Formats: sequence, structure tokens, C-alpha cells
Amino acid sequence: MAYNSIVLVKQVPDTKAVTGKAMNDDGTVNRAALPAIFNPEDLNALELALEIKERYGGTVTVVTMGLPSACRVLRAALCRGADRGVLVTDRRAAASDTLATSYILSCAVKHIGDYDLVLCGRQAIDGDTAQVGPQIAEKLELPQITYVEELHSIEDGVMTAKRNVGNGWEKVQVKLPALLTVMNTANTPRPAGGRLMMQYKKARSLSELEQDGGSAADAEKLKAKGLLIDQWDLDDLKADLQWCGRDGSPTKVHRIQSVVLTATEQKEVEPTDDGLRGMVHELISDHTIG
Amino acid sequence: MANFYSDNDDIRFLFRHYKMAELAELMEGDFSDSETHAWAPASAADAVENYESLLEIVGEASGNYIAPRAEGVDLEGNTLNADGTVTYAEGTQANLKCLAQAQVMGFTLPHRYGGLNCPNLLYTMSNEIVSRADAALMNIYGLQGIAETINAFASEEIKQQYLPGFAEGELTGAMVLTEPDAGSDLQAVKLRAYQDEKGDWYLHGVKRFITNGCGEVLLVLARSEPDRSGGLGLSLFVCDRGPTVKVRRLENKLGIHGSPTCELFFNHTPCQLIGERQRGLVTYVMSLMNGARVGIAAQSLGIAEAAFRVARDYAASRKQFGVAIEAFPSVRDLLIGMKVELEAARSLTYETCWVVDHENYVLRRSAEDNLDAAEKKELKQQEKRLKRLSGMLTPMSKYYASEMCNSVAYDAIQVLGGSGYMKDYAVERHARDARITSIYEGTSQLQVVAAVRGVCNGTAEKYLLEKEEFAYPAEYADLVALLKKGREELVEAVAFVKAQPGTEYMDLMGRKLVDAAIMLIVGHLFLQQSLTSPHWNGAFCEPAVVAESSDNESPATSSYEDMQVHKRIVGRRYISQNASRVTMLCVQVVSGDRSSMTDYDAVVGPVPEA
Repeated sequence: MAYNSIVLVKQVPDTKAVTGKAMNDDGTVNRAALPAIFNPEDLNALELALEIKERYGGTVTVVTMGLPSACRVLRAALCRGADRGVLVTDRRAAASDTLATSYILSCAVKHIGDYDLVLCGRQAIDGDTAQVGPQIAEKLELPQITYVEELHSIEDGVMTAKRNVGNGWEKVQVKLPALLTVMNTANTPRPAGGRLMMQYKKARSLSELEQDGGSAADAEKLKAKGLLIDQWDLDDLKADLQWCGRDGSPTKVHRIQSVVLTATEQKEVEPTDDGLRGMVHELISDHTIG
Repeated sequence: MANFYSDNDDIRFLFRHYKMAELAELMEGDFSDSETHAWAPASAADAVENYESLLEIVGEASGNYIAPRAEGVDLEGNTLNADGTVTYAEGTQANLKCLAQAQVMGFTLPHRYGGLNCPNLLYTMSNEIVSRADAALMNIYGLQGIAETINAFASEEIKQQYLPGFAEGELTGAMVLTEPDAGSDLQAVKLRAYQDEKGDWYLHGVKRFITNGCGEVLLVLARSEPDRSGGLGLSLFVCDRGPTVKVRRLENKLGIHGSPTCELFFNHTPCQLIGERQRGLVTYVMSLMNGARVGIAAQSLGIAEAAFRVARDYAASRKQFGVAIEAFPSVRDLLIGMKVELEAARSLTYETCWVVDHENYVLRRSAEDNLDAAEKKELKQQEKRLKRLSGMLTPMSKYYASEMCNSVAYDAIQVLGGSGYMKDYAVERHARDARITSIYEGTSQLQVVAAVRGVCNGTAEKYLLEKEEFAYPAEYADLVALLKKGREELVEAVAFVKAQPGTEYMDLMGRKLVDAAIMLIVGHLFLQQSLTSPHWNGAFCEPAVVAESSDNESPATSSYEDMQVHKRIVGRRYISQNASRVTMLCVQVVSGDRSSMTDYDAVVGPVPEA
């Protein structure tokens, strides 16, 4: 039996390539100074979806929300074997927090309709909240498995998977449709395929095409070749605007601090059982751990 | 974690130095494949962009996935099963899957078989990148010449049967040539090929030292004419590795542990003839071998690159007597010598590929039947010139790159000292892997025999004279003068050799002549690299277009202009230092010293009795 997957992906600033210019004076992220990349764990989610497609058949649709430039991650997904890319872009979606984002993405998933699985990376490396996946499951009233490390099987619409619970693993079953959030330990994402790259590097969304001065005829040509990336705005999704963008975002950033951690004192701990016990107690009592 | 293409300034520089668009036009013709194959490029610019993205894909796969598995592959090796099949090391299996997903196993095959239709120069660059990550894996990735041989010489039916599987990475192959008594001397091959009453072909006999002999598709050189000895009694066959082919033994080797070296027994194995009878060795295998030789040059470059990087990092961080050891003159001299030789071998190898790509194009064109007499004549002339050139440059590259690789790997251990001798660092593996490169696909001695013909028949002189016609600026006058002087010395030495009876003296002095010719050719290549404007305007330091790896620890940082300055410095050093070597080599040649022949028994002594 074939299973259709929707993978939700995000373009993020590469927080591993942080330089002195990475933060603006007001404490916000200077996105221009950081290369934009495919959120690493979203690649694991995509890989799992592609493996499911190879094992059971079905399709893989990749959705991202963001500026038209976020199409880069959709192209990267198409170059790895995804069947379809969808860009959700709308100025009214700007400044969405995780709640608003999960609302908009849940509308996009509903708009796509025919699906058995929604896959997300565990979390994005810019916000590190790990909230969007679970909130989407909530809104779509889907059962979810978070922190997935291994897919055992899907039989008659029931999936068995292993999830990481921090100090061990759980083997759980879920009836599809369901949502999964996937860990970086789940698999090794594949590289882009040579032929796929040569084909899909030319895929464009309408807004990108417009930016490059393309015409409606160009769009038709791309569409005929299967290279037009679907582009939806909030109206297409029939989204309720009060749940989108700034209005739909209860998270208010109170203050951003630039914290530079420096060690001002040091302490030597004897490498004995007593020494270690003392250190652990001290860390517990000042709430560093525990 | 790294991308082995984008962190390599030299390959990125050379990608821009060569006219990739010209190669794209040779490969794609009128670009009409783009109408029938979704991935085929629509223009030269489109193709060149693809080329660089392909290198990025191979670079990412190599840096992020293949290199981290190399140590495990080396330790684990392959396993011979009781049923005569072979199981690759776990890392090798994962790597092959990764390369299949990257869709790069049909790198040079035409689009219609699912291939990428790339020029040899690009394939060679990719081969080097894979080899830097895992030299043993290159022995499978780099065997794409098998599919190329099928594409060049087999019937359409055989092509349809095998080529799509190669392009998908579902099939791997082996060149099944060597036998216990037929190593360098392939004319002595005995394995029997015979036909039954229906005319179907079968193979029977033993082959030895077969790289990836456990592959699914075997290209077998066999004696189809039992009454005919020598090369003209041999034909080339293709067969599947079915139940009638057994791997009898896996060799226990010094290096390239991930590459299975098999002894094969063919027990009346059904097979198909490739092309025509009796052309197996003289035409098909020679063509296959030439491609494979460039492949080994690329493998050598990759191993040397890997070894050099470990040595350089170590020398910069290891402190003795209170300073980093790279501050010491002797260590500095070692490292700079390694780097210059590595770039020299790369220049020669890539230049060879440039010539081979043009030769392949002319051969393809000549085979077309819509040519008029004038075109035919023109193509014939070009073919003759390019054949002579590639016939000289190919063995030169294989010889020079593999010897360089051995010396760089040896010196890398030297830089690390005691640590380098231990298994804790990769350099000991690189040195073990390096050792085979100057042996297989024709030993260095045999490469010299092939290359010296080109040096002595005027090909080298003509080529050097062409290079001298380049519009060098005045600031290079001293260097160009050294190169001209060297060429004159070489011509004189060649004249001396040709005046000797027979070919014995030429073969005795072969290495000296070939070394001198290579030094002069590479001198020109370095200078011209420092002067040519980039032929591709893709950004030099932009992050990868399709590779999405986030943690590129050491991205390339130099600009094209920085690299030109670098090449000027490298070229000046290379030419100045080698000018006196060229003189020395030529003096030795014209000395007429035959003592290796005449004094052999007196010096080496009698063979000890067992």
C-alpha cells in the first residue's frame, strides 16, 4: 500500500557559521551575514519520507513557509527526490511566532488534503523551540510521534516506530494519518541526485519568476515541464487572518541580550568518588542540573 | 565534515581555468537532448553550471559521508563467502548506495542511458575527490570506463542491457584481464572463449588480481582464436557474474582494503562478444586501459591531497622546541615540495583530460556518416595529432601522478614522525593505498616505455614549441628562456638516443627523458594558468548551489586572482628548480652510459642457488 507524505521544511540561518556580524546592534539576528541553509533535521524528515516512498510507494510533497528565496530549500528537496514543492508566502504572515506558523502550515496541509503522514524535523536551529510540529498535530487533530529515530514498519495503515525519550527509547504504534518529528540520529540524509539537480535547479515559483522579469508565458513553459513550484498565499489557504502574522502571535519578545559566557573563576575537583559527589551536589544545589 | 570540492582551491581554480563551455559543446552538440531528456542541458552555460554543481554533490558525498567511513572500511575489508560471492565492507555498501543516490555512477554515459554525459576532465576531477575520501572506493567509482567501453564498442542490444543499470548505480563492473601468467604481458592471455553449435559464446578458465571481480558485469579478455597466439587471438566478452563464475580467492593486500581483488574461475560461463573478434586487446582493451590510466592518475591525486592535508595540519599544530615544526627549514622544504608536486601532477593530468576529451569528440565525429571528404580529411588529421598527444600524455600522467603520490604519502609520514607511523593517523593508510598506484593499470616502467615513444618521435618537441608560442609577458622572460633551453637540451638528448642502434638505450634512458619532458610541459602549464582569465564566471567562493551541508569547516577562501598569484609563485619555483634537473638528466642521457646493461652480472652477481 502506498503512503503519501507531506514534509514541512524551513530555511534557516546557518547558526554554525556564526561570525562577529551575526547579530544586529538591537540583538536580532542579522540574516544577511549568515548563509541560509536547509534546516538540518528537516533533511532527516525528508530522508525518512523518501525512504517510505521507496519502501511502500506514494508521493512526497515538501512545503515551506517564508520569503520567495526560501524556494531554495524546495529545490534542494526536489533534487533529492521529492515529487512536489509548495511555497507558502504572504506579507501578512510576517512576524509569525510558532503558534501562528503552525496554524498557517496546518492550513497548507489541509489544502493539500490527500496525505497519510506529515513529517517535520525535530526542531529548527534558529529558534530551537521544537513547537511547530506538535502544534500542527494538535490543530489537525492528528496523533503524533515526536523524536522519531527509526521507522520499523507500516502495516495496514498502522506505523510502528522508535522514539527517543532522552534516557531511553519507546517503541510505539500509531494509526495513520499521523505526524512525526524526526531526529538527526534517524538516518543519513542522501546527497542531491545528479540528474535531479540538472532538472530541478530550473524550478521556480511565480514570485521568483516575477523577480527575474519572467512572463506568464515563461510560467506556462515551466509548468509544462513540471518545474513550476506551487505558490500559495493566505487567501489560497482560506486562513483566518486573526491567527496569522503579528496578530496571531502571542509571543512577545521582551528583551534580547547578547550573552557572552566567560569563566571568571575556576575550581579544582579531586578525581575521587568523594570529589565527584561533592561537585554533583553543588551543581544540583545551584540548579545547574537536576 | 567538509565538502571536498568547495574546500579545494586548486580544483575550483582549474575548473575556471579550462574552457568548460567548449567541452560542453563537444559533449552536447546542438543541445537537442534537452528536448527529450529533462536533465540534459539546454546551453553551454547551463551545462557548465551543472558541471560545477555535480562536483559539489560529489564533494559533499565525499567529505560528509565517504571520508568518515574510510578508516572502518580499511579495517574491515571485504569478505569471501562460502558460495563464492563477496560481501563488501559495511562502509563500502553505504558509500555505493550514497553514490547511486547521487546519480553519479553514469558520469560520462550518454543521456539516453540515464547518464550525465560529462566530459572526461570533469569525471577525472570527481574521481580525485572521491579518492581523497576513500582511495579504495575509487576502484569501484572509477571503473566507469567499463560502461564507457560497452558504450563505445558493443551492439545497441548489449548497451540497452547494461548501461541503464550502470547509470542507476545498480550494476558495478570489472575489467577481467590479468591471469597468473599474463600480467603486464596481456598478449599471453589463455582463458578460453568458445562457441557451441548455435554460435553462443562461453568462457572457461582462471583470472587473477581482478579488481572488483565480484561486480555484476564482467568485461573479459579471452582467447577466441585457439590457433592464434599473441594479441590478435584475443577478443573481448561481457558476461554476468552468475552461478558459473566463482570468486575463488580474495587477495590479502598492503592497501586499498576496501577494494576486493579477486581470483575468478569461469566454468563454461555464457557470454556475449563485444564488437568484432580479434580486436579485444589491440583496440578495445587499449582504449579501456587508457581511460583507466587517467583514472589511476586521479586516484593518485586524491590520495596525495589527503596525505598532504594531514601533514600540513600536523606541521602547523605540532610544537617542538617551543615552535610549530613547520617553522623548521627542513620541514618547510618537505611540505612546500609536496604541495608543488601535487599541483604539478594535477596540472598534467587535467591537461591530459582536456586532450582526451577533444580526441574522443573527433573519434565520435569521424564515426558519423554524414561527412563530406574535406571534413573527413580534416578530422583524420586532428585525430592523428590528438592520438599522438594523448598517447604520450596519458602514460606521463599516470606515471608522474602515481610516483608523486607515493613520494607525498611517504613524506607525509615523515612530517608526522613517529605519530605518522602509528595507525592513529590516516597517513599510514594513505601510504599503503598509494603504493599500488605506480603498479596497477601498467607499472611506472611500462608507462615510461609508452611515454618515451612520444618524447622520441617528435610529439613532445612539437607540443613544447606550441606552448612556447603563448604570449608570455616580459616578466616571465627568464622562465621562458629556461624552458626553451630545456627543450633544446631535450631535443639534443633525443637525437643522441635515436642515433643508437635498436630501442634498448631508449628504454634504458626512458625515465630520464620522460622526466625532463614532463618538467618542461608542466612549467608551461603553471605559467599559463597564472595568466589566463577565468572562463567561467560562477562565483569563486559562493556557498554551494545544491549541496546543503551546513558545517563546512574549511571553505575555500582564495579568489581566482589570488590563485593566479599563487600559480605564478609555484611556476617560478618549479621552473627555476627543475631547470638544472632537466640539464642533469639530458647530460646523463648523452653520456651513453650503458652500465646497467653491461655491468649487471658483475654488480648484481649470479642468481643464488635455492
